[in-house]
Order: sequence, then structure tokens, then C-alpha cells
Amino acid sequence: MSNEDFKPVLLSRQGKPNSHKLASYKADGGYQALAKALSMKNTEVIDVVKASGLRGRGGAGFPTGLKWTFLPKDVTGPIYLCINGDESEPGTFNNRVLIEQDPHQVLEGIVISSFATRTTTAYFYLRYEYGRCYRVLKDAIDEMYDNHLLGKNILGSGYDLDIHLHRGACAYICGEETGLIESLEGKRAWPRIKPPFPAIEGAFRRPTVVNNVETMACIPHIINKGAEWFMTMGVPKDPNNPRDAGSYGPKLYCISGHVNKPGLVELPMGITARELIDKHAGGVWKGRKAKAVVPGGISMGFMSEKELDTPLDFAGPGRVGCLGLGTAAVIVIDDHTSMVDVLYNACRFFAHESCGQCTPCREGTAWSTKILERIRQGHGKLSDIDVLLEISSSIGTIPGTTICGLADGAAWPMKTAINKFRAEFEEYIKSGRKSESKTLAGAH
Amino acid sequence: MSELSDNAKKVIEDHLGRYPSKQAVTLPALHVVQQETGCVSRKAIKEIADMLELSPAQINDTLSFYGFFRTEEDPLGKKRVWICRSLPCMLRGGEELLAELCERWGILPGQTTADGKVTLELAECLGACDGAPCMLVDDELSLCVTADDVEKMVRG
Ligand SMILES: Cc1cc2nc3c(=O)[nH]c(=O)nc-3n(C[C@H](O)[C@H](O)[C@H](O)COP(=O)(O)O)c2cc1C
Ligand code: SF4
Ligand code: FES
Repeated sequence: MSNEDFKPVLLSRQGKPNSHKLASYKADGGYQALAKALSMKNTEVIDVVKASGLRGRGGAGFPTGLKWTFLPKDVTGPIYLCINGDESEPGTFNNRVLIEQDPHQVLEGIVISSFATRTTTAYFYLRYEYGRCYRVLKDAIDEMYDNHLLGKNILGSGYDLDIHLHRGACAYICGEETGLIESLEGKRAWPRIKPPFPAIEGAFRRPTVVNNVETMACIPHIINKGAEWFMTMGVPKDPNNPRDAGSYGPKLYCISGHVNKPGLVELPMGITARELIDKHAGGVWKGRKAKAVVPGGISMGFMSEKELDTPLDFAGPGRVGCLGLGTAAVIVIDDHTSMVDVLYNACRFFAHESCGQCTPCREGTAWSTKILERIRQGHGKLSDIDVLLEISSSIGTIPGTTICGLADGAAWPMKTAINKFRAEFEEYIKSGRKSESKTLAGAH
Repeated sequence: MSELSDNAKKVIEDHLGRYPSKQAVTLPALHVVQQETGCVSRKAIKEIADMLELSPAQINDTLSFYGFFRTEEDPLGKKRVWICRSLPCMLRGGEELLAELCERWGILPGQTTADGKVTLELAECLGACDGAPCMLVDDELSLCVTADDVEKMVRG
């Protein structure tokens, strides 16, 4: 399917009056997928999701149906589904729009996924800052209980489910799935060492699935229209790479930074960053050029202007040295902006959000921020550049020194900024100038 | 006298049935108390701990991890304003906005104005980068704000 023929799937109900109400959702065919799923066996639902090629939209891109099959088959006692609505990766806001505008689409996906995974209690972990989302979801869940869509004997099928909203407390690390579980349990959000993976031992030491909000929103459409329909969109598997799982379905791209029209755009997976910026975001602002673009949230690192024709599917950003597609949050940086300031901002974020458990992450994020602060004050040394590079290759789950992926997310902006813009860092340090950007001293 | 209001106690009790462990009610309990009193006092910590059958140290351990919660030495003003400084907002003036408000109000992030009306906070990405620079007042987002907008909304 070409991008021109594409009609929004997940955003199809945006802007309709009362799009958040049950009556309006039902009038557009809502909850038909649920009725269909409840007439199937739970394993058949898993098979359809598996066949669709749907991969998680929360950042890691793990195949959703496959994740569900990791739950132990013969388990007695509860299985939990945790919905990850912590959405805190800089640049990312698709979960917010999905929830505010069309909460029932997400909730229908949650009920179907809970049925598929034999869950009878689902926890919706929502970042605290999304107060409006919280109130919209609360009302939507009340409507569902009143209409036999939640609680006992859903739609007369004999299936029971409760969904509980759980508000976070402003910490990025609660988005990491085991940090989320610890936080849900009432503890500090310290990610757990894996294995055991949540499917075996997760929330309350029970088998648990953690899925993103956008992943959930895809589920009703897959059940309604089938796996094959889902695979008509996006980028097929690379036949030469047996490990490639393809990039199927529609995707929400968040565009922010130096563009004329920041916003949320839904397209089949695989659009290029250049097309996204020029056709869907009104181009770079003030008639300027892009200098660097973040492909999927700050953790993924930077693409240079030359790399903007990279397709934003699961495999594309990795081919140009980025960590991956991440959350598909595209941040555009214009050619009047200093990469030293940009990298400082990124490093400061990770230093602020590191949970502090692993020494390489805690110290690496703090020292990289301090070094960049010194460079910005005009006191940098050329050797600082290699120190930053060394930090970036020593912290994270990829070198194997940390418990979770936050540290990889901290490493990639450093690695890609320095490798792709090294001359700019050298020139900056040699000049001894101070940053012009107005950042509060001492505010961490 | 009990430090927790009747409402807070009821909210905590209502939450107990939702989770297989009492400890899971820690965050909901801290939220309701801070919402009502602008902080979580030592006495409140003790009473929450009693209700959840935990030690006060366990509650404090969780509370202190999240920079979100305030102790009685450092209570919140009437409104809490968060200004976002992460990359998309920074690219569109978030840092300048925060600095400007600090200057106008004569306080640093984390502090409260002398009249007790506003606590100013710096935030990392608030999930509204389509409206950079953005702010959060208590738990409502406002997009594309200027220092004058902020002033009007919270002090006007
Ligand atoms: C530091 C860190 C932060 C994360 N934040 C989020 C988040 O806010 N939302 C999210 O869905 N996934 C986040 N993830 C990914 C989750 O760990 C997990 O992979 C995801 O929720 C699984 O859902 P999905 O398979 O549906 O994508 C984060 C991962 C890391 C390492
Ligand atoms: S890598 Fe960083 S954020 Fe993750 S567990 Fe270790 S210290 Fe915490
Ligand atoms: S960077 Fe400010 S809301 Fe995302």
C-alpha cells in the first residue's frame, strides 16, 4: 500500500465529537472485535496476533504474539497484564493523544489481550503528568463496567476482567518494564535483573505481560480485519536476514523540534525521515536546514542530514548507527543549533533519570554531563571527546555492564553525536567559547 | 488526632482490594495525602505504614525515590508549576522560559514563592512536545506557553 492511499487506522476517530465516549465508539463499530475474540479460543487470538507480525510499539519492538506465548502453559493462579503508559521518552506523545481522543480503542485492545493471555486483572500504569488521560480513562472504564464490557461475565461470555488505573510519580525509569513492576508493587522503581523475565516472574511474582498503549490500540483492528490486512502495511521481512521480523502495520510518528508543524502523524511503517519532515511537518522552520534528527526518542541517538532518507522502520535507524526505531519520535534540530548544547541536554536527562543502581550508569551519566557542562563553559579539553566516547562504549546492557537499557539510551546520543559531528565538538573546544543557550546554572 | 483525613483513609482502604499486596497501595496513599496537605508528613508516613502493615522506613524508601513527594520541611505552594526542559522543549525555548520565571519570581526550581502561591519545578519531557515549550500545572498540561501566559494562569 502506498502512503498516498493510506487511511488512518489508529487515529481514524480523532477530532470527532465525543470521540472519547462509549456511544460514539460503538457507533463506529467499537467492541465488535471484542465480541469476535470472545467467541474464539484464547490461543486462536494469540495465533492471529502472532501471524500479523505486530511488534511492540514501546521501544524494543518485540513481537507481541510471541511474547504472549512465553507465559507458562500450565499455570494455576493469576496472570497479570500491565499496560505501559509511562510514556516519558523525550519526543514521545502518541500514547497521550491515543488515550485522550480514543480511550475505548486502547481499552478494547486491553480486554482482548487480557483474554488472550488468560489475565483477570490488568493494571494500567499511567504517568502522573497525564492527568487528563487519567480522568478520561476513569470515565471510560466506568462506562465499560456499566455496559458488561468489564467485570464479571463480559458480554455474557463467562470471562471476567478488572482493569485498575495506577498513577506513577514522575520518573522515567518506571517505563522500563521491570521498573514499572517494582513501582506498581509500591517500591522504588529499580529495574530487576533478567532473567527471570516478567512472563515467568513479573508483578507480584506472578507471570506477567507488559505492553505499550499503542500496541494495545492495534489489537482490535487486527482481530477485526485479520493478520493479512495488517501485513499489507509497512516493510516486509528482509529475505536475506532470517532474524528480521519485518515492520508491519500503521505507526504513529511524533514530530517535534524545529519544524513548522509539530504533531502526530499516522503512516505505514517505513516512511523516511525526510518525507516525514517535508510532507507531514511543514518542513524545517524559518527556512533553515536540518542538521541532525533523532529517529525515535532521544535514546536512539542522532541521524545526520545526509542520513534522512533512512526508512523509519524497525531496521532502518540501526543501519545508520542509531540504536533503533525506539518510539518513532522524530526530533528535528536545525543548522543554527549547537550539537554541544543538544548533547548536553540529552546527557543531563539521563543523569537526572538514572535510578542509580548500577555504578556505570549512575557515574557515566553524571560525569558525561559534567564534562559537557565544562565544555560549554569554555574550559573543555580535546581529550574530553575521547573520554565521552569511552563512557559511551562502556555503559549499558550491550557492553553488559548495567541492569537495564536506560544506560544504552544514554550512550547512543553520545556515540552518534561525537562520531557524526566530531569536527564541531573539536572546533567548539578549541575556540574556548561559552554556550549561548540560557541554561540555569546548578539546576539539576 | 489522626493525621490522615477520613477521605484519605477511605481512598487507601478502597485501593486495598485492587492488589494482591498491601504494599502496592503505597503510591496511591502518598498521592492522596500529598494532594490534600501539600506534603507527606512524618506522622502521615507512620499512619500509612500502619494501614499497609509495613514499617515507616519502607514507605519512606519509596517516597524518597520519587522526587515528586515533599516532606513537611518542604511543602508545596498552592499550585505546582512544572516547566519542561527536555530536548524538544529546549529547542523551542523551554530553558529560557524556566530561567525567565526564576528571575521574575526570584526563586530557583524546587522553591516556592514567598506568598506561598506557586512552587516552580523543572520537568523532563512532559509528553507534550507537539506543544513545546510546555508546562504542567498540578496535573494539567498547557502547550506552547510564554512567561506571561504562565504568570496569568497561576498568579492572576
Ligand atoms: C529506560 C527505559 C524506559 C522505557 N520507557 C517505556 C515507556 O515509557 N513506555 C513503554 O511502553 N515502554 C518503555 N520501555 C520499554 C519497556 O521496557 C517494554 O519493552 C515495553 O513496555 C513493552 O511493550 P511493547 O512490547 O508493547 O512495546 C522503556 C525501556 C527502557 C529501557
Ligand atoms: S542501567 Fe541505570 S537506570 Fe537501569 S537499572 Fe542500572 S542504574 Fe538504573
Ligand atoms: S520535551 Fe517538553 S514535553 Fe517533551
